[in-house]
Amino acid sequence: MNVMLQVNDLSKNFNDFQAVKNLSFTVNQGDVYGFLGQNGAGKSTTLRMLLKLIKPTSGEIIFSGTNIIGDDNAMLKQTGAIIERPDVYKYLSAYDNLYIFAKMSGIKTTRKLIMDQLEMVGLADRFDSKAKTYSQGMKQRLGIAIALVHSPKLIILDEPTNGLDPQGIADMRNLILRLSREMGKTVIVSSHLLSEIELVANRMIIIHKGEKIVEGDVATLLDPADTVVEINTTDNETAFLQLQQTQWKERTTKTTKNIRVRTNKNDVPQIINMLSGVGINLLAVQPRHSLEDYFLSLTNNDTHVEPFTN
Amino acid sequence: MWSLLQIELYKISKRPRTYIAFIAIAGIVLIIQAAFKADPGYLNILLQNVGDTFEVDKGKVINGYFMCYMILNTLLIQVPILVALVAGDAISGEANMGTLRLLLTKPISRAKIIGVKFFASIIYTVALLVFMAILALFLSMAIFGTNDLLVFRAKDTESQILQIMQDDVMWRYLAAFAYAAVALTVIAALALFLSVFAENSIGPIVATVCIVIVCTIISNLNIPIIDKNVRPWLFTSYLVGWKGFFYIAIDADNVPIKGSMENWPAIRNSLLILLAHIGVLFGGAVWFFKRKDILT
Repeated sequence: MNVMLQVNDLSKNFNDFQAVKNLSFTVNQGDVYGFLGQNGAGKSTTLRMLLKLIKPTSGEIIFSGTNIIGDDNAMLKQTGAIIERPDVYKYLSAYDNLYIFAKMSGIKTTRKLIMDQLEMVGLADRFDSKAKTYSQGMKQRLGIAIALVHSPKLIILDEPTNGLDPQGIADMRNLILRLSREMGKTVIVSSHLLSEIELVANRMIIIHKGEKIVEGDVATLLDPADTVVEINTTDNETAFLQLQQTQWKERTTKTTKNIRVRTNKNDVPQIINMLSGVGINLLAVQPRHSLEDYFLSLTNNDTHVEPFTN
Repeated sequence: MWSLLQIELYKISKRPRTYIAFIAIAGIVLIIQAAFKADPGYLNILLQNVGDTFEVDKGKVINGYFMCYMILNTLLIQVPILVALVAGDAISGEANMGTLRLLLTKPISRAKIIGVKFFASIIYTVALLVFMAILALFLSMAIFGTNDLLVFRAKDTESQILQIMQDDVMWRYLAAFAYAAVALTVIAALALFLSVFAENSIGPIVATVCIVIVCTIISNLNIPIIDKNVRPWLFTSYLVGWKGFFYIAIDADNVPIKGSMENWPAIRNSLLILLAHIGVLFGGAVWFFKRKDILT
């Protein structure tokens, strides 16, 4: 596997605050690389350092074998990005916006090229409308067209589903998969939702308070053999006693709210059948990977508001 | 570079605020011209200070050249505010819209981006002055005709009238507009410099106007210690230096010398000081912009 991007010991300080701490990771060519962390974890700061929007305090960013810190354009020429909101010139049309950024990307622009890009993101019929008349989803699609217009090898999407409706989120997910599988692009996508990353990424990193927690293949990190099933029934006491008499005895715990069984995801139907078979009514069964538990525990440790109890 | 400049000018041309300055200038110039056309008696007010000292043929005083001189006297003090509207928005406006981060992810150096924005601001300033020249000079010439230009001047404690022959006037206007372009470029550089630090346009525009007002007041204070130590360093002391092109030299018989200027070295030095201000402000803008973390 060819390494496209190698980040070594990257750090960023804002005065006394260290936003990113000695972060190292590797993105291979063709990866959809998930960048996971809660809000304020340092995801955007890291991605902005890759895009030269923020100057690193220390560390290396090696793109296709060249350290790009200090070099102005090497990586940007081959990168398209949407950082947070897809802001464009609201007083210009989609066509003008795309034309301007295509020119700035250094490519030869033709009307056909611009219209083809707008067609690809479904904005061809509104090419002449000012961007201020667009919905959030349309602006996002225009942002994507701008990011892709110069055929970059690497695409960086920072929280691309923020502010989108469910259909927009699904469209974005499909687009990321298309970019990777059909167009062979390398994509770095950040999110604070593991479920989002799980659906699109083949490799991922979790960062917390600017530090790497874990990095690796999604399939390995989210191994179905390491699943926690949260079970809620009309009679949790009896359900727990039943589970104590099965193969899951050692891996079952009871909390005040539910029963938790650590098992392989494939065993979930078997557990449901067993409990139903002894007449226990199931209210909810929620399989969750242990990594998600771990990730949520990071979030819970930083809870700003005391939980509400009735 | 040329294609970047085209893009920048296109963006400026598409923003409604760009045209505020042109509308304001057109409004003021046309009102003054209409007022003088309708009631030339206003000239008496202007002449009352010097009327006792000099014999003036009032019929010849009001002409296109005189109108332009008077309009420039009125307008060139206000135009810096109009220039700040565009130059102060150059970087901060992009930050406010969120387009700055998109712009800076394109493979163009920051120095080039800010350089193009500054150059576009200069072009805007020159366009404003050309527009002003068309209205204030050429339209006035069409409405009021041409004749010798009489320049009223308060020199030390005396009033002075300088007469410039009509065939000696046009080059002075061209030079005066060129000087004004340099002077206004200082304002553009100041607004651009402040724009680097802001994330909305209002801040740098208001700050530029405030700095111009404060420095103008200080420049006009007749306090010896300020006159000697502060005034020479303030760009506002040189903003009206364009008038120097109309201060014609006079020979021993009190006859104006055609094609001459009373104090060319003073004008040259003023220009050099203004250019130095432009260099420092633009250099500072580039230095800070290259190091700025884009957090918006």
